[in-house]
Amino acid sequence: MEVAKHWRETPERYRLEAGKCSKCGKISFPGRLICPECGYREFVIHKLSGKGKLDTFTIIRTAPSGFEDLAPYAVGIVELEDGIKILGQITDCDPETLKTGDKLVAKFRRINEDGKTGMIYYAYKFVPDVGI
Amino acid sequence: MRDVAIIGIGMTKFGELWEKSLRDLAVEAALKCLADAGTDRIDSITIGCMTGGLFNGQEHLASLIPDYLGRRNTPAVRVESACASGGMAVRAAFMEVASGMSDYVLALGVEKMNDVSGDLATAALATAADGDYEAFHGINFPGLYALMARAHMEKYGTTREQLALVAVKNHRNGALNPHSQFPMEITVDTVLKSAGVADPLCLFDCSPVTDGAAAVLLTTVDEAKKLGKQPLVVISGIGAATDTIALSQRKDILKLEAIELAAQRALKMAGKTIKDIQFAEVHDCFTIAEIMVIEALGIVEPGQGGPATAAGLTALDGKFPINPSGGLKSKGHPVGATGVAQICEAVTQLRRQAGKRQIKNAKTALTQNMGGSGGSCVIHILEAK
Ligand SMILES: [Zn+2]
Repeated sequence: MEVAKHWRETPERYRLEAGKCSKCGKISFPGRLICPECGYREFVIHKLSGKGKLDTFTIIRTAPSGFEDLAPYAVGIVELEDGIKILGQITDCDPETLKTGDKLVAKFRRINEDGKTGMIYYAYKFVPDVGI
Repeated sequence: MRDVAIIGIGMTKFGELWEKSLRDLAVEAALKCLADAGTDRIDSITIGCMTGGLFNGQEHLASLIPDYLGRRNTPAVRVESACASGGMAVRAAFMEVASGMSDYVLALGVEKMNDVSGDLATAALATAADGDYEAFHGINFPGLYALMARAHMEKYGTTREQLALVAVKNHRNGALNPHSQFPMEITVDTVLKSAGVADPLCLFDCSPVTDGAAAVLLTTVDEAKKLGKQPLVVISGIGAATDTIALSQRKDILKLEAIELAAQRALKMAGKTIKDIQFAEVHDCFTIAEIMVIEALGIVEPGQGGPATAAGLTALDGKFPINPSGGLKSKGHPVGATGVAQICEAVTQLRRQAGKRQIKNAKTALTQNMGGSGGSCVIHILEAK
């Protein structure tokens, strides 16, 4: 992956910045130029709370390349308090004990890297929300 | 619009075809198709291929394939919609004939997936997901369909065994198909004891990595009649639709909206309802996909795909046979070729040339081909006249 390709996404990946439609209020993550709900083209930045509950998940046992060392690991779709759903890994827990409906919160984590000397990609992962 | 008929079909065997290149596969399928059609005339070519670039380091199939087919100077275009590329290529060919732009159009689907390692093949396929917001997080297609599978099981009570029965049924059909990559029968245990890929899906819930090509030759119904084609197989309806690329952005991840809409559009164009269809070839890239697709098509109610499969509704001798060819699961899934191969099977059935897997009284067929996690879909309605 190229540096610029990751850097461009840092507002979303590092700070969970979404776009909130100035007309209908629909939140889009990642942000868009056109509201998928009403077609309006003006947005304000909306910082997602990162808190939500697990909608569905899988435990990846045969990992895609670059993620082999992590396997088995959980990836899920989380329904955030903000009313939208986002996909991410679930970590800091035993994946075998996960259940849909579990309360989770997004934290800043290392996702992947370009080899031993390349760029390190950070973004959000979800962890059990124990209120800390 | 002019009425359009399919006058020729041709397929390579599907499998790990080490001795054959991308261009060899395309030419073989095209030549078989022309031999079947009994004509050499091609005015234009549409090519379905997901990613010759990533699998073979080869783009520009619009030049390569006419060149190696001995048709230098013939216009050609590649059509890409991930795993729906083949079906979309047939749709493009249909539009070219129906509009009057060309009289004889070859729609060809091809994918040569075994020129890269399994890892790289999976990575190439993952480009059909949302690269920045799905694949980036370490999820691939088995994982995305696993998210749907768990949701389906929890909402409707679909069981692990019911998922496996889709694979068992498709292998039973595929064992009767000489083109199949894996023409062997399997049991529920084969699936459940296979390696875990992405819970709840195992290796035998997934379609394989496949090399292969398929082609169909389209012309007007008037031309087909002049050639004395009997029975005449016509494309009476086509519907296409799209949905969000990211699964998480769907209001309901159990609702395959692109499939529902494409089906409504295709059936409306054909002047039919789903009750007028006798069998279907559907996109069973994963076992859960077939269950969700037969629900989206309205063959069964939402949530009934699992029980209906277990009850034999979709078996070759059931009330609504699904994937008589063996489907993507057993026949194989060379992604760009799949949508065209589905149509080859439907034509074979409608001509009563399917041998041991022949469906009785098959007059009207539906083929459903989709890209990604259902982000694009194209459906054809075929009729024997
Ligand atoms: Zn809006």
